[in-house]
Amino acid sequence: MLTTSELQDMYRLMALITATSNRACAEVKAGSLQSAFYPVRGLEGVCAALGVAKQPGDQLVSTYRSLGDALAWGSDLRRVIAEIYGRADGVCGGKGGPMHLHDTSVGYMTSTGIVGSGIPIAVGLGIAAQLDGPNSNGTGRAVVTTFGDGATSIGAFHEGMNMAALWKLPVLFLCQNNQWGEHTPIAEYAGSTDLAGRAASYGMTAVKVDGFDPVATADVLREALERARSDGGPTFVEAMTYRLTGHSGSADYSYMPAEELAAALERDPVPSFRRAMLTSGQISEADLDSIEASVAATVDDAFTFAQASPEVEGHLRYRDVFAEGASLAGMGVRA
Amino acid sequence: MNEQTPLTETMTMAAALNSALHLAMDADSKVLLLGEDVADPIGGVLKISKGLSTKYGRDRVRPTPIAESGIIGAAVGLALGGYKPIAEIMFMDFTTVCLDQIVNHAAKLRYMSGGHTAVPLTIRTGVGTRRFGAQHAQNLEAWFMHTPGIKVVVPATAADAKGLLMSCIDDPDPCLFIEHFDLVFTQKDEVPVGEHRVPLGQAAIRRPGDQVTVITYGTQVRTAMAAAQELAEQGISVEVIDLRTLVPLDMDTVLESVEKTRRAVVLHDAHTFCGPGAELAAQITENLWGELLAPVLRLGAGYSPVPFAAGLDFHPTADDVVAAVGQLLGR
Ligand SMILES: Cc1ncc(C[n+]2csc(CCOP(=O)(O)OP(=O)(O)O)c2C)c(N)n1
Repeated sequence: MLTTSELQDMYRLMALITATSNRACAEVKAGSLQSAFYPVRGLEGVCAALGVAKQPGDQLVSTYRSLGDALAWGSDLRRVIAEIYGRADGVCGGKGGPMHLHDTSVGYMTSTGIVGSGIPIAVGLGIAAQLDGPNSNGTGRAVVTTFGDGATSIGAFHEGMNMAALWKLPVLFLCQNNQWGEHTPIAEYAGSTDLAGRAASYGMTAVKVDGFDPVATADVLREALERARSDGGPTFVEAMTYRLTGHSGSADYSYMPAEELAAALERDPVPSFRRAMLTSGQISEADLDSIEASVAATVDDAFTFAQASPEVEGHLRYRDVFAEGASLAGMGVRA
Repeated sequence: MNEQTPLTETMTMAAALNSALHLAMDADSKVLLLGEDVADPIGGVLKISKGLSTKYGRDRVRPTPIAESGIIGAAVGLALGGYKPIAEIMFMDFTTVCLDQIVNHAAKLRYMSGGHTAVPLTIRTGVGTRRFGAQHAQNLEAWFMHTPGIKVVVPATAADAKGLLMSCIDDPDPCLFIEHFDLVFTQKDEVPVGEHRVPLGQAAIRRPGDQVTVITYGTQVRTAMAAAQELAEQGISVEVIDLRTLVPLDMDTVLESVEKTRRAVVLHDAHTFCGPGAELAAQITENLWGELLAPVLRLGAGYSPVPFAAGLDFHPTADDVVAAVGQLLGR
């Protein structure tokens, strides 16, 4: 059972993710943001559920479509947006960009632009968590990796899932099934579209959940993370959603069946959750309004901050190729 | 009678590598080994990890499924999680199936995260011999030299194998450590007992000389030394440089030598075309154009897959080196 304050947190997170994703797309379309940005519309409920289910110490490996995951994991919005702009105040100092957000200060370990490649990396973090064992309070840490439905087709997925099941690693494989891999619908690339069914065959717990229902999703994720932290092994969660935009911030989506998209938009996470909260009376209209107003102000502030953030200084070009002290002279870089 | 501890011991490269692994695992519980067949009783297909799983357990010496992307990906994750993994990829040819994890992840995470994530990972991999055919004998080091963010290390002696491997394990960045099957069992030399480190990025002058510099690494160091000996008997003085690491590349030692000899041959098992020698030749030429008495020559494998047929020429021989040196001297 989620408390009222958790429900409010979830609403705030969902509203923040929707507003930030929409604003970034608008900036890309206006030409004021030169960046390959991947919108997260449709995933807000899954991300908000992750935000309430995670605990400090848990670690995350995400993808290029990571804005929602980053905010759920507690990364600072201003610095995330500055990174999307490639500016000095970005979470990676501007050298990562939107596909490669990292924020180790909150346990957000890495993101990949290579479909499926985060899965074996999460497995390695899972081995590390298992070897480290429980902390002084007796709890272990869980590792979460998020990826799309399309990632279940690549070899890295198979290799990582097998290893995680073999070694009973504390990893949550969170498949954000938005039914599309770029411009191809799932039925056109998978012999079986029952991804949870496939995951179970590796020998791990696999659950399918309605990703448009943040409360149900939070329950499933909590259970999976609890299992991981208490050495109960990995879980695969297939959160069923739908991509409510094109593939990228600027992509055309005329190829998506209009009725299918319209039906999915009926379940658009923020308005649906708002209706549900009003119906059940769990959050008052005044509270919902005030959350939305504060979110709008926060998003404006973050974009203003990012746009004012300085460009990365030229002398940083060769920093962090290797740790400080390694000479790049033989490779043509004279200090 | 006082028993004196010997400072060095004669060892094969295989034994030197095994000793480095034992010392590293003993010194730091964060050092882990993972790969196919690495655990006892086999202890690795070349038995280089022999005894380690028995001593340190299968949590630290972890035999894995046949899954190279999984192995390197997991090693990257372990590195992010605070460990110092040593991942074994049985044959260098199999790096092709985990290039993504090496090139896009291990080599780039420090940079892309603005220095927030280090990947202190050592990948040990073997280059097979021609008797395995074209998919188990490739020298692909140039590919990795072309990827900023990963160090590339190739020992030629047993002592260096130990010293360079220990340095790779200590290093805060990913290192690709290349072990030639040809050397692993047949190369024997004096290896320091106990901890031994050879810094990455320092070439060794294996034989001083003043007429021609032969720049090489790995198995071809032997070829160069044999040729230099033969040439010395003819009164020709050759300096032999063993690069030891290709990234970082010790151009200072190379340029200093060629400034003196004014003639250079670059020699390796890898293909001549777009091989490491192309980079060396270009840098020597750019820096010493006015000093050179002849164009820099490259000796490497010709442009074909590795032929199984022993009757077909492939890697440069001492005769090739002697001929190249003769050409540079106008003989
Ligand atoms: C290995 C690889 N192949 C292809 C691509 C190009 N690509 C980027 S996103 C994408 C679709 C991935 O679909 P899915 O995993 O379902 O994630 P989604 O984008 O829907 O979140 C593709 C094919 C890539 N980035 N990496």
